[in-house]
This record gives sequence, structure tokens and C-alpha cells, in this order.
Amino acid sequence: MRRWAVPAGALALVTVGALLTRLVQNQYYYFAAYVILQYVVLATAWNILGGFAGYVNFGSAAFFALGAYTSVVLIKSVGAPLPVLLLAGGAVAGLLGLGLGYLTLRLRGVFFSIATLALAVVLQTMVVNWEYVGGARGAYVVRPRTGALFSSYVELLFVVMLALAAGSVTLAWWIQHSRVGRGLAAIRDNEEAAECMGVPTLRLKLLATTLSGGLMGLAGAPFPYYVTYMEPASAFNLDYAVNSLAMPMIGGTTTWLGPVLGAVLLGTAQQVATVTISSALNLLIVGVVLVLFVVLAPEGLVGLARRLAGRGG
Amino acid sequence: MVASDLLLNAVVAGVLLGGFYTAVSLGVSVAFGLLDVVNIAHPVFVILGSYLAYAMNVTLGLDPILTGLAFTPAFYALGVAVYRVYYASFEKTGQESLRGLVFFFGVLFIVEVGLLLQFGVDYRLVEAGYIGETLRLGPLSVALRLAVPCLVALALTAALAAVLHGTSYGRAIRAVAQDSFALRLMGVDPVRVKAFAFGLATATASLAGALLIMIGPVEPAMNREYIGRVFAIAVLGGMGSVGGTLAAAVILGVAESLTATFYGPSWALAVSFGILLLTLAVRPAGLFGQA
Repeated sequence: MRRWAVPAGALALVTVGALLTRLVQNQYYYFAAYVILQYVVLATAWNILGGFAGYVNFGSAAFFALGAYTSVVLIKSVGAPLPVLLLAGGAVAGLLGLGLGYLTLRLRGVFFSIATLALAVVLQTMVVNWEYVGGARGAYVVRPRTGALFSSYVELLFVVMLALAAGSVTLAWWIQHSRVGRGLAAIRDNEEAAECMGVPTLRLKLLATTLSGGLMGLAGAPFPYYVTYMEPASAFNLDYAVNSLAMPMIGGTTTWLGPVLGAVLLGTAQQVATVTISSALNLLIVGVVLVLFVVLAPEGLVGLARRLAGRGG
Repeated sequence: MVASDLLLNAVVAGVLLGGFYTAVSLGVSVAFGLLDVVNIAHPVFVILGSYLAYAMNVTLGLDPILTGLAFTPAFYALGVAVYRVYYASFEKTGQESLRGLVFFFGVLFIVEVGLLLQFGVDYRLVEAGYIGETLRLGPLSVALRLAVPCLVALALTAALAAVLHGTSYGRAIRAVAQDSFALRLMGVDPVRVKAFAFGLATATASLAGALLIMIGPVEPAMNREYIGRVFAIAVLGGMGSVGGTLAAAVILGVAESLTATFYGPSWALAVSFGILLLTLAVRPAGLFGQA
């Protein structure tokens, strides 16, 4: 029974979400929920590499934007439909992740992290200089017709992102409980020792970087249709890099549940704060909460809950 | 003829720019290269220095370089405080690599958004009599807004080299980089030495920030493009060597200046990050370090 609890729960959530679009009419909720779910995907993706394997990626925005800009190119050139955009965005970002994986051969720890930061800036410079996708000015993207199933395109995007979130969380859950997850944990704790014990470190790291990058690309693929106006500054926003790392850190990095908790709590708080206070101030709050958690509760919310439960009984 | 003039001017501007880059990179070179503390928040401290110079310039009409010098003790104290928190939370328990990095990322973010809330996203710049002038030497034209920061940066570099190589504190800093356990056996507290060194590294950001805002207008998010630049320079320069930092900064400055002149300024940034990626992938010990 337990083996199927998470996948079944994920499937149930997607179904409920799809049915909800029949009931809730206020479009704002879909706009807000889309962003939160997008963060669930990004945080889960970041955690597969950062939390499970211990390689900190500062360049999440690059993978996200790569997915988004792959979509822009495909929409402009052949007018590809959404499923194709998702596949292509995920594949291209996954390839970049694979390349990043080979970098881990030479770069460990902080050097790897600095390289990911550099990667993000190089990619952004290339997009800014690429006139076909709008360059620095950006480009308009026209949404396709909604079809019969949904009353607005945002509702469709919401259900798509819900499915992506459910899928990536299920994947993270599976990784954590499989040989792959145990291998990654061994790499995180001591890469040399893991190698000596016969853990196929390179293959596992390549798998982790590819999956992590691919999921971030998937999260970015529907983004042009969500914003309808794509510019490099919004696709490469530091918010993505900070949040996709802060959310797992706050939730707890060693389990699949941590990033989900962090993304839902922090994402919702940011949506509320953006509406009620200001978007700059809510980012300040994220920074302060991140530093507090890293200093005071390094195991995150999941770790805190475990400690409390352990003390209670 | 025109092309060679262009080339000459680009190279000279690049050397001057590189001199200035040294001032920004010294702090990272010391913190990262010698102390093994990945202070990715250093560039944002530099931007903080720029905004202090701006605020003093606008309200009191103070000279930016003077402001930069005046705030070095405050930045030293800031650096010591940040290091104490870092040490107590991460280094003491041996968790510095992953969580320490995230800690500095958070600090970066807080300072950047704080500046954003205080000053907004607009570009700011300072006024000073000597900034706008341009010296002409035959075909060569040297903008003082580049030359003055370069000279001040060189003075700062020389001062730091004098401290690191000429004083007992400096020897202790270089010793802590090699073997902090042995230093402890010699009766020196490595934590105090590292706090001093980190304070010193942060203090350079005050003056570097003042120089930055003399060269061109500044906005809060600018620190991010400097992260890649300063780490490229620190790694290329062989981690913690003052001379190596200077050489690497000049190489990067010239490379960027040439790219900006011949391909357009929007590509210049990609050059430094490209060099960083290449260095990391091919020769992590840097050009001037021991492999």
C-alpha cells in the first residue's frame, strides 16, 4: 500500500485540480497557483541535485529560461503545440544538465556552484544578443486557442503545471527510495568513499544533473504562454535561482517532502506579500528567512518536525 | 591606421579597467584564496560601498575616494561580524561548504534588496571635478574616470601586499591558509586571525565601491555580474596571490575591453564568464597557482 501512496496521491491531486477548474471562476487563483506549482517543480528539481547529491546549483534560472526560450523558438518557427514545447524544453535543458554533469568530473563543491552561476550569465548574454527571440527588448507570444475543455488558457496552464509538479514530486520520491537515491546520498556524504565502495558516481551524477536540469526546463516551457511577453530579465530572474534553492533549504533537503513544503509555504507567502505589501519587500523576507533557517535550523522544517517528534515520544 | 588607434585605445582602457578590477577582486582573493571562505556576497558589499559614496556625495558633497577611505573601518567591522556568524554557524561544525555558500547567497540577497528598497532600480552616479576630463597623448585618449580608479586601486593593492607580506599579521594570515593547526600550536588563535583577514578583505570593498561608481553608474543588481568576474580573477590569479590577482585582472580587463570595442559591449560580460568556465574546466589551480 505504502509503495503506491505517493503516486496515487499525486494522481488524485491532479484530478481534483482539473475538476476544480469547473468550480472556481476567479482567474487570479489560477495565476497565483501556477506560480506556486512552478516553484514546486523548480524546488524539487533543484533538490534532486542539491539536496540528494550535494551539488549546489546557483543557475536554476538558466535551465528555466532555456526551457522557456526553446518554446519561444518553436512557437515562432513552426508554431508547435504545447505538448511538443514541454518535451523540447525538458530535453534541451536536460542536455545542458548532462553537460553540467560532465563538469562535476573536475569541479567539486564551491567551484561547481560558481560555474553554474557563470553558466547562467553566459546564457543570458547569448539570449540578450539573439535578435530572433527578441533580444533584450523581448517578444510577444500569442496564446493558441483554448479548446473545449477549459474556459480560459490560464486554467489549462494551471492543470499542466499541476501535472508537472505531481510528476516531479513522484519522481523525487521514487529516487529517494531507490538505489539511485542511496547512491546520491553516498556521493553527498563522501564522494571518494562512495567511488571506492563501487557506487557508479559519474553515472549517478549525470543522471541527477540531467533530471534536475530537464525538470527545470519543463517548468520553463509553458512560461511564454503564461506571461505572453518574454524578455530575458524575467526569464533569467534571480528570483528563480534564489527560490529554487531557498525553498528546499527551508523545507529540508534530504527528503522529497522538504522542497514541496518549502515551495508551498514560501510560494504562498510570496503571493500574498506581493499583493498586500510589495514585491521587493517580499524578496527581502525570503532572504532573511533563508539566512535564519540556514543558521538556526539547518535540517529545515522536516528536520525540525522530526526533532520535535523525537523529543515528544 | 584608424584600426590600430582603436586597438591601442582598447588595450589601454582594458589595462586601466583591469587595474580597477584588482580592487574589486582583492577581497575575494583573500577570503576565498587564503581563508577558504566562499564569500559570494563580496561584490554586493562593493555595491554597498558605491551607494555610500553616492549618498555622501549627494548629501554632503564629499569626494567618493575620501568616503571610500572613511568607511573602511565600518566595512572592517562588518566583515568581522559576518565572519563570526559564519564561523559559529558553519565552520565550527564542519558544514561550511554547502550551507556556508547558501548563507552568503542569502546575505547577498538581503543587501541587494535592501539597496533596492532604499535607492530604487535607477542607475546612480557621483560628481567630482576630476572625473569628466580626458587626457590626450597623440592618438591615445585616456579618460580620467578610468585612470584615477586604476591608480587608487594600485595603491590599495600595494597596501594590501605590504600588510600580507610585511607584517606579522600578514604572515599569520598566510600561515592560516597553509596550516591552521600548526598555527594553533604556535600559540596563535586561527579564528582571530581569520576574522582579522576577513575584515581586511571586506574593508577593501568600501574603497572598491567608491571606485566603481566613479567609473560608471551603479544599480543594486550589478553585483551579480561582478561575482563571475571576481571569482574568475581570483581563480585565474592562483587563489590568494596579490600579484597573480593583479595580472589576472589586467588580462580580463583587456579581454573585455577588446570584446566591447570590436563586438559590442553586451558581449563583454560573457567573456569574463567564459574565461571563468574555461579556467575551472581546464586549469582549476589558475594561471599563477601551483597545479
